[in-house]
Amino acid sequence: MITVALKEIVDNFRDRRVILSTLLLGPLLGPVLLVVLFNVIERQTTERLEQALSLPVIGAEHAPNLIAFLERQGVEIKAAPDDPQQAIRREEEAIILVISAEFAEAWQAGRPAPVELMVDQSLRYTDTTVSRVRTLLNGYSGQISQLRLQLRGVHPDLVRPIQIGIDDQATPEARGGQMLSFLPYFILIMAFVAGMHMATDTTAGERERRSLEPLLINPLPRWQIMGGKLLATTFFGLVALALGLIAFVFAVDFLPIESLDIVLNLDWRVAGLAFVLTAPAALFAAAFLIILASFAKSFREAQSYMGLAIFVPMLPSVWVMINPTRTETWMSAVPLLSQNVLILELVRGEPINGLWFGLSLLTTTLAALLLAAVAASLYSRPRLIFTSD
Amino acid sequence: MIAVQGLRKTFDKGRVVAVDDISFNAEDGCITGLLGPNGAGKTTCLRMLYTLLNPDAGDIRIDGIDPQRQPLAVKRTLGVVPDSRGLYERLTARENIVYFGRLHGLSADTIGRRIDHFAEVLDMGDILERRCAGFSQGQRVKVAIARALIHQPRTILLDEPTNGLDVMTTRALRHFLQGLKDAGHCVVLSTHIMQEVAALCDHIVIIAKGRVAAQGSAEALLQRAGTASLEDAFVRLIGSDEGLLA
Repeated sequence: MITVALKEIVDNFRDRRVILSTLLLGPLLGPVLLVVLFNVIERQTTERLEQALSLPVIGAEHAPNLIAFLERQGVEIKAAPDDPQQAIRREEEAIILVISAEFAEAWQAGRPAPVELMVDQSLRYTDTTVSRVRTLLNGYSGQISQLRLQLRGVHPDLVRPIQIGIDDQATPEARGGQMLSFLPYFILIMAFVAGMHMATDTTAGERERRSLEPLLINPLPRWQIMGGKLLATTFFGLVALALGLIAFVFAVDFLPIESLDIVLNLDWRVAGLAFVLTAPAALFAAAFLIILASFAKSFREAQSYMGLAIFVPMLPSVWVMINPTRTETWMSAVPLLSQNVLILELVRGEPINGLWFGLSLLTTTLAALLLAAVAASLYSRPRLIFTSD
Repeated sequence: MIAVQGLRKTFDKGRVVAVDDISFNAEDGCITGLLGPNGAGKTTCLRMLYTLLNPDAGDIRIDGIDPQRQPLAVKRTLGVVPDSRGLYERLTARENIVYFGRLHGLSADTIGRRIDHFAEVLDMGDILERRCAGFSQGQRVKVAIARALIHQPRTILLDEPTNGLDVMTTRALRHFLQGLKDAGHCVVLSTHIMQEVAALCDHIVIIAKGRVAAQGSAEALLQRAGTASLEDAFVRLIGSDEGLLA
């Protein structure tokens, strides 16, 4: 079995393009993406916050005091484009302030004076700008209402029966964990992607090159031959996993974490624990991929299955993303889902729950062994040995 | 030695009969040739001998061992060069041979010594350290043979060994097989080429449509068919000339 595994590893290491893509590009993709993503997010938010806000206004003449207030706050007021609706839709302007003709009249009468913000709320990048304008308008509104109350001899606090303060218990680690919520997905994907080529090459590939028949004539139980291929595939998965995690740890140094006020809890200890946690998933992935590839009639067919197989590790990640709930014990007993939630716990800096950890390792290993047993039995079927007949 | 009795194998739930009823013996120190047109059932028959297929009916004994009962024991006594040579292109010739030697549980020393031996008798010393991608058919067959014989099997099965070989390589291969015979091995080869059996085989089993049409030495077959050439005998014995053009 070891002989088969070693040969498959040597054989595939000879293929430089495979090594480059599975052991270099695959593991590096995630960390590089992380660094780029974070830097772009950081630059965008700070730019929007610090940039002078330039605000097109329609009907500025109806509310000179409001305009003066905005200008005092550093807002650059400019004339609105001729066709404001089009300008918003074409994304030429993020926001247009519309002050209606009734503004002055309502103001004088002491009724709420209408202003309108013309925006396209489906464009997420305008969020920062819109909320800045809102805050400014609310500030003005608050200032005026205080003045009005004071004029009438009422203490402004009277209309503020409660004061809400948010005491955020989220640690910087937890906030960082939130930013890293896609990390488990990347880690699991690495284990799958790295095994893909190996799984196809050693099964469908071997059959297509017609070297499976001579191989099976050797005096070795067939499950051992399959076991060797499984080991080699798992080995690739583990190497990619280790390289990927190491790359992630190094990537943290390149992240603008100070300016985002978060702490990324991704040091060697967390990476090591994540590796242990995901190691059984690598075997799971290898067995799953080998089963898929063995049933394919050709190398190409196997590769098209591989494209679909990438969705398997995605499912639990997507589930966690669209349905964020507390981690519960049963989750740690579901293979792939457990890696997801437990790695999230790790990067949030939560203390390690021994039961969950153990349960995850146990169930994933069991599921992996079950799949491995199925894979090992595949070569007992003549249909899977001969290509031509 | 090999004893085959009433062998039968069908595919597709009995709809395709590949091997109908085949019986023959192959003695030690003899070269036995399975001669037949393409699709006669030679490869299927050999695959049952080397345990990759299970027969539907019939009995096989190789040195007294039943392949179905003890597949691993049979595989240890067999050296097989299948129709598909199936070398690993990214490995060198030597690595290909070492791999199979290791799978037979041989020590690195033993494997090294035997490879040296093969390098000499098969004249393949110059290709040992080269990767198999780009090898000629002749070079591939040499590596496949060395790989199949690394564990010094008593019985040797070759499926269409001379397919795609030039005259010189074919002659060298015949010479090598004669050597095996003289050393007392039981050699069985399948072929659809008449000259092959005529030049090489002590015992000829003519197979057509999954059945044994006739068997015996070349002279016995000529006598039985009452023809002067083996080719005419072959046509008469299988009752048609199909497959001869292949």
